[in-house]
Amino acid sequence: MLALFLRDLRLGIRAGGGALTGIVFFLAVVATIPFGIGPDLDLLARIGPAIVWIGALLASLLGLDRLFQADREDGSLDLLVLADERHMLALTVLVKCLAHWTASVLPLAVASPLLGLFMNVEPAGLAAALATLLVGTPAITFIGAAGAAVAVALPRGGLMISVLVLPLAIPALIFGVSATYGAIADPAPFLPPFLILCAITLFSAVVGPLAAAAALRHAD
Amino acid sequence: MRLSAEELSGERGGEMVFSDVSFALCAGDALVVSGPNGSGKSTLLRIVAGLLPAAGGRLSFDATESFPTLASACHYLGHQNAMKTALTVAENLGFWRDFLGTPLNPVDDALEQVGLGGLGHLPYAVLSTGQKRRAAIARLLVAHRPVWLLDEPTAGLDAASEARFGELMAAHRRDGGIVIGATHLPLGLEGAGELRMGET
Repeated sequence: MLALFLRDLRLGIRAGGGALTGIVFFLAVVATIPFGIGPDLDLLARIGPAIVWIGALLASLLGLDRLFQADREDGSLDLLVLADERHMLALTVLVKCLAHWTASVLPLAVASPLLGLFMNVEPAGLAAALATLLVGTPAITFIGAAGAAVAVALPRGGLMISVLVLPLAIPALIFGVSATYGAIADPAPFLPPFLILCAITLFSAVVGPLAAAAALRHAD
Repeated sequence: MRLSAEELSGERGGEMVFSDVSFALCAGDALVVSGPNGSGKSTLLRIVAGLLPAAGGRLSFDATESFPTLASACHYLGHQNAMKTALTVAENLGFWRDFLGTPLNPVDDALEQVGLGGLGHLPYAVLSTGQKRRAAIARLLVAHRPVWLLDEPTAGLDAASEARFGELMAAHRRDGGIVIGATHLPLGLEGAGELRMGET
């Protein structure tokens, strides 16, 4: 399983892996917002955490369509499914998700404080956005894996995945943003929405790979 | 070890492509599946591997401790080579060796046996079609599986590589393995059973 994690990580980082696409898209979304909104610092600070979260959510959806499709095209997916007895397929999916998250989504979370600065978010908000993204984005990847598995046989699966996954990822967005606001605005609490976000991630870490494995087993 | 199929039938996209296929193989046996395009050779192999459900009939396999199901006892070499172009040949094979479990030959030895010795450091993408196929054949050698399911294994191979692959299959059978190959071309399997599809 470690071998699978390392292979997918390598593939993600090497040329053509697509890990950079997400980061550049994230940068583009967040960096253009201030130009569109205008130099109203208070307004930017108010919407900043939400913009960072929306940007990260959309950027992390970008690479998802390749999660299983690349393996299907070169025939590796057949072998991963065949190895079910030795490595339960749901665990294989979980490991692939973790590798995808490490290569393509973790850099988004790491870049978020810098992008938060563009939006005039205060330091506590930057730390909260980083923490909520670290905890919340795995949920998007796990849910996205189920969508990617359903759409694996479709030639233009990316569109389908976004449509399938976006509604299911909304709870993570809501609690991620409200926890971030909780760290800045005084009456709103930080901890309860943050813990619910953790729960969403843990829940989808179980349900997402199981659903994806079931879909992959019946892919053709 | 024994692998047998009784009155197996398979369908693809709702169309029945073959029915009433039966065979029985013991350790050391080989079966050559031949027939025109669309006669269901690949479908049969995918059904045996468990990648597709059978439309009817049944498959039986004597489970052993290390290979509890038929799928876990199979090496499947399909039309695609299951190798990543962004990785080197050795990285690809090393991954499959670790992932598949029950390791057999070290990667360098396996490459030597398919005539790719010393090319392990090259990115998989720069190999020629025949070399890519040979690297995929090397995958059969890095991990032990008693049953080899080969779908057009010699596609793209030159005569020398074909002969070398014939020897590898013979060696696998001498060690008590089973080979099922779907092909148009002669595979050089001595004493192999023959199953002609599409003549019902």
